[in-house]
Amino acid sequence: MTVRPLTRPAAATAPHEIHARLAGVTRTYGAVGGRGGVHALGPVDIALRRGEFYSVIGPSGCGKSTLLDVLSGLSRPSAGTIVFEGRPVDGAVPDGVGVVFQEDASFPWMTVRDNIGFGLRENGVDAAEIGRRVDAALALMGLRDFAAAYPPQLSGGMRQRVCIARTLVMQPRLILLDEPFGALDAQTRLIMGDELLRVWRETGATVMLITHALDEAAMLSDRIGVMSARPGRILAEIETGWPRERDSRIAADPGFGAVTSRLWGLLREESLRAIGAQAPAGADRA
Amino acid sequence: MSRAGLVRTAIVVAAVAALELAARGGLLRAGVAVPPSEVAAKLWSILRAGDANADLAETLGNVALACGLALVAGFSLGAVVHGLPRLRRALDPFLASYYALPFFAFYPVLIVVLGIGRLPIVAIGFMFAVVAMMVATLNGFDRIPRALPRTARVWRMGPVRTALKIKLPSAAPHLFTGIKLAVAYAFIGVIAAEFIMATSGLGYAIAYAFNNYDNRTMYALMLLLLGIVVVVNGVLHGAEQRLLARRRAR
Ligand SMILES: Nc1ncnc2c1ncn2[C@@H]1O[C@H](COP(=O)(O)OP(=O)(O)O)[C@@H](O)[C@H]1O
Ligand SMILES: [Mg+2]
Repeated sequence: MTVRPLTRPAAATAPHEIHARLAGVTRTYGAVGGRGGVHALGPVDIALRRGEFYSVIGPSGCGKSTLLDVLSGLSRPSAGTIVFEGRPVDGAVPDGVGVVFQEDASFPWMTVRDNIGFGLRENGVDAAEIGRRVDAALALMGLRDFAAAYPPQLSGGMRQRVCIARTLVMQPRLILLDEPFGALDAQTRLIMGDELLRVWRETGATVMLITHALDEAAMLSDRIGVMSARPGRILAEIETGWPRERDSRIAADPGFGAVTSRLWGLLREESLRAIGAQAPAGADRA
Repeated sequence: MSRAGLVRTAIVVAAVAALELAARGGLLRAGVAVPPSEVAAKLWSILRAGDANADLAETLGNVALACGLALVAGFSLGAVVHGLPRLRRALDPFLASYYALPFFAFYPVLIVVLGIGRLPIVAIGFMFAVVAMMVATLNGFDRIPRALPRTARVWRMGPVRTALKIKLPSAAPHLFTGIKLAVAYAFIGVIAAEFIMATSGLGYAIAYAFNNYDNRTMYALMLLLLGIVVVVNGVLHGAEQRLLARRRAR
């Protein structure tokens, strides 16, 4: 892969088609009769453009996973609306949405091949088509030699690849990833990031990546939503302006430092707040 | 064989030999003990003549029925109760103290309600086994990584499919503990119930031999029961090992 000179402006197609939209979304956990509970998120407004790579970055505990939960339909927002491909999302995951969780979600009782094909089988896809898609996903994620292995025999990075492959075979149009590389070492993260970029380009899917790593967000994204400390709100959205053909070597681009320092400028105070807010445990519950 | 295995075998051989010697040397009264070799010979002749076949089939049928029902009901109840945290909190003390109940004391009630015959016997075996399976299911479901059922929701699988295709295999190592307990409890329940309220079956045959001072038959049938339980447990253990082998990192 080559890093092209960064002279070309970012995919500058004039009116962006909105793929998914969150409007005034909030989420409160465990509120009883409208009182108490943890206000985890929002209000948040995000408009994901079709085919873009959008990252969400924010201090830990700011509500990033909660955001993914409500956007995917895994949980209902306490207020606000979510629309995916023109239809409201309400308490169920719509067709066309794929999710990769932060934790390992591979099935230890199935081979890698069966893991990847499981969702297709459950959704009634015929065997020949499953075989084709699984083979393609195995090749794409570098898992061909491990097709017959069981996940416990693999490293954490390999297992996360299984989960990504399992999501890709469903051919989602919107892929949500919750800190998928969190458990990996720095070099593996970079490589997985490049693979994710390649998948994103080849599938044309819209990607929302949740991360707490500045460089990861800066390196991979078209746009980055920066979240405040809990309750998480979007403080700013930063356009990176990277070309569609790119990989982790973009970190050498002079513009990269500008992006990361802007991110850090926004996040420093929030991260301090997040740490500070944790000190008096449960103080906000009174 | 491992060192521990050798020691284990030696203990069993020594115990059988000691019993043989004690019985033959007149250390034990003839009415109490029969030398193991004679017990084995008696069992062989019973098996050859097919004298115990009907009782054996009946008992195994009762155990299989009690155990099978207990496994299905225990798993289903466990799965449902796991999804209803409030009900579970309410039930917890009952589940915890369930095996403190002296079930067999209630046998007259069972006979009054269910009549004489198979039903009360299977019922006791079932009641004895079902809660072990239910508790094992609850424990197993507690340990399912959260991301697994969430993955099922992303694939829009319903609650029953999720329970059978995701939660059941994920909890399988814990469920296996429940299965082993349920099998053991079903055997105990059925045999004991046959002692007190049956007119056929292995438990009844043992009690009948005992009441008629037929020690040889009594011990032979006990040996038969022991053999069956050992084989069943061996098969379960083997299946469990195969299941776990895949899930261990190499
Ligand atoms: N199921 C839950 N019940 C109660 N509080 C929760 C729950 N899930 C998350 N929270 C709280 O909501 C806040 C945001 O959590 P989360 O979305 O997981 O943050 P992040 O992913 O950014 O680290 C945290 O304070 C967390 O403790
Ligand atoms: Mg999180």
